[in-house]
Amino acid sequence: MNPVNRRSFLKTGAAVGGGLLVGFQLPVKSQAQTAGPLTLNAFVKVGTDDTVTLEIHKSEMGQGTVTSLSQLLAEELECDWKKIRTEFPGVAPVYGAPMMGAYGSLSIRTSWQPLRQAGAAAREMLVQAAAQQWKVDKSQCRAENNTVVNTTTGAKLTYGALAEAAAKLPAPANVPLKTAAQYKLIGTSPKRLDTPAKVNGSIGFGLDVRRPGMLYASLERCPVFEGKVASFDATKAMAVPGVKKVVQISNGVAVVADNTWSAMEGRKALVIKWDEGKWANVSTPGLRQEWAGLAAKPGMSMRKAGDPEAAFAGAAKKVEAVYEAPYLSHAPMEPLNATVEVRPDGCDIWVASQIQSLAQQTAAMVTGLPANKCLIHTQYLGGGFGRRGGADYVTEAVEIAKAMSPTPVKLTWSREDDLQHDTYRPASYVKFSGGLDAQGSPVSFSARVVCPPFGGNSTAVEGIQDMKYAIPNVQVEFTAPDTGTPVSYWRSVGYSQNTYFMEAFIDEMAGAAGADPVEFRRKLLAGTPRLLNVLNIVAEKSNWGKPLPAGRFRGVGIVNNIGSFNAQVAEVSVTQGKVKVHKVVCAVDCGQVVNPAIVEAQIQSGIVYGLSTVTKLGITLDKGRVVQKNFNNYDPIRIDEMPVVEVHIVSSHENPGGIGEASTPSIVPAVVNAVYAATKKRVRMLPIKAADLV
Amino acid sequence: MAAVKFTLNGKSQTVDVAPQMPLLWALRDTLGMTGTKFGCGMALCGACTVHINGQPTRSCTTQVSTVAGKTVTTIEGLSSDNSHPVQKAWIEADVPQCGYCQSGQIMTAAALVAKTTNPSDSDIDEAMRGNLCRCGTYQAIRQAVHLAARYQAQAKGGAQ
Repeated sequence: MNPVNRRSFLKTGAAVGGGLLVGFQLPVKSQAQTAGPLTLNAFVKVGTDDTVTLEIHKSEMGQGTVTSLSQLLAEELECDWKKIRTEFPGVAPVYGAPMMGAYGSLSIRTSWQPLRQAGAAAREMLVQAAAQQWKVDKSQCRAENNTVVNTTTGAKLTYGALAEAAAKLPAPANVPLKTAAQYKLIGTSPKRLDTPAKVNGSIGFGLDVRRPGMLYASLERCPVFEGKVASFDATKAMAVPGVKKVVQISNGVAVVADNTWSAMEGRKALVIKWDEGKWANVSTPGLRQEWAGLAAKPGMSMRKAGDPEAAFAGAAKKVEAVYEAPYLSHAPMEPLNATVEVRPDGCDIWVASQIQSLAQQTAAMVTGLPANKCLIHTQYLGGGFGRRGGADYVTEAVEIAKAMSPTPVKLTWSREDDLQHDTYRPASYVKFSGGLDAQGSPVSFSARVVCPPFGGNSTAVEGIQDMKYAIPNVQVEFTAPDTGTPVSYWRSVGYSQNTYFMEAFIDEMAGAAGADPVEFRRKLLAGTPRLLNVLNIVAEKSNWGKPLPAGRFRGVGIVNNIGSFNAQVAEVSVTQGKVKVHKVVCAVDCGQVVNPAIVEAQIQSGIVYGLSTVTKLGITLDKGRVVQKNFNNYDPIRIDEMPVVEVHIVSSHENPGGIGEASTPSIVPAVVNAVYAATKKRVRMLPIKAADLV
Repeated sequence: MAAVKFTLNGKSQTVDVAPQMPLLWALRDTLGMTGTKFGCGMALCGACTVHINGQPTRSCTTQVSTVAGKTVTTIEGLSSDNSHPVQKAWIEADVPQCGYCQSGQIMTAAALVAKTTNPSDSDIDEAMRGNLCRCGTYQAIRQAVHLAARYQAQAKGGAQ
């Protein structure tokens, strides 16, 4: 995908009123109503056996869309929760193409209206069918629990019995939706629909796809980004038992075998000469030095208010600091993969993708086939976190399958491939200055950000540029460094590093003012009451300001991203430089909640994802190569490092905000600010090294 | 190639592959049992955990030849109907998010509750720290292992 298109698309979506205009009616009503469930609209099918099949158009990567989107549909459909089946539909405009996918914590936000409307419309068709059968007015019929009830006679007809007649009716438009007081499913936590098949190995991830006659591929890529194959010798690889073919594609040399292991063994036996290209001398220390040089010069102005230079010059107290964050890999548990079959007349792609539209466009481009001949079969995702929003792995798999046509081929990345050929969360270097008046009130705030952007410059500065603190003189500048390292969306995007920078620096300003960190923030947040509210809740629930057991210290961090508001207090101890996070209290306002248990799980999830970056994770470069190879030196937090997480959800009927990326940003400053409270040392670079705290 | 004979999920199984092929790939590619997952290939993440003679073992670094004559249990063999105490507890606590690591988590937990009647949080941390979860389901896992231990005790009590 072209990331620019994606970001501008998101902006357009927001500009037209906070919702992507997904309808629910099929462009051409399905006429093939023979066997199987009957189609009422693009999201609802009802079987004559009384089952209800719901189309889940947002990929399930653990964030709960299979369950939460079903709740939106079922709330209005009045179906029996136990009779629900779900499936992932193909790519179609009705499902959001050409940007069909799960990204930006948008799934609930963009489905909230259309899916309730789709459920309501299908229900009305079933009610109409019952009214016709009973020859009564529709107002005499009520839908409940997979049946339509005749309110005069008490007679009942099941949805299954009504399906055929309902499917022939026109879809009604503009059916009124329930008010919040009428919700029965929304705001409750039915068990996740996907759990039973996730505890017996049967759920079906991308990597589990098996096709008749399928072969398996492993791809050797240049260890330096953008490097190319100069020449290769496949003789030894072909001699490995099970290896069928060696094919060169645009991104390297693939070994195709009759099982994954043989493909990987064959790959080890390849002899390849690389043209490493222009990035072969890039190293992390060199990049840091280069970016420090860039930060010394003015950048592009991203936000300016008042006269920050004059205000800083005249400030009674001055705070200056440089913060840095490393590149990060996504490392979803399921290594990237795709299974592809290319034929002269079409192409099938079985893939766990966050953006199915992009996978389809990619297949069309590589094969030269029309997009509608490239069928995407969405599988469950073994984690996404933004990584599966790309399609580099789909390009590779389609290129290999094209060379092997018509044999289906599954490409499997190794963990080493995953860490060394990711599209990374960018590293960043930020120079801050802040001024305070004699009373300790902030008078100026300046930030100069050096960070490789993608999909628009805002990804590099979000979290600083849009900071909510009321400071009269503000300047945010930005410089894009030139690097060969691929960067892209990583859970919470720019907020992931910038919330750390911003909230740690605000703590520094609070310190210079001699103020309590929570109190200092409160005074500056009157303009953002929902953010102030979660700060107040987290302060109260964490007993902020009250005594802690000896050796324990608190820190706070807040963020307003993805249409939600999040505040966290971390409780830590530091022993010989080793940071232990004991407890995290989190308050979140994400508007109307669809499933509180899933919201809580996502909060825990985002905290773990962010916490791993505080003390453990960082991608570094040496001679153009990623140093980290596997979970031995890119080791996320494990169960024995898991703090107790306590979640407080604000009760609200505001439009839903996002949740998947809500809690990843603020855990980082909450921990580093607690580390400062414990050690009086500011953590200005991640991950924390024990030696820096001793 | 050499035929390796072992017991898989209670049934006799023969697999005819290169003897040094990891058990993981013999299970997934040769036998089509895809419940056991590939995560790292170096015994670092636990996604590929199976039981060999009852011991939780990383199948990604276990050569298939070494299981000759042994008993192998995979996630598919834990129960036919999600009735194993650990599966029941995982459903009750709604543990999985993406679910990819959960086969391995469940196999490790099943071995733990089989030998430890009433595991403490630190017993759980010790037993489960080899199993990575990027979705961060650790708090739910702790809760579910406690629950599974209770179900396991009840099952044993019922059998007496």
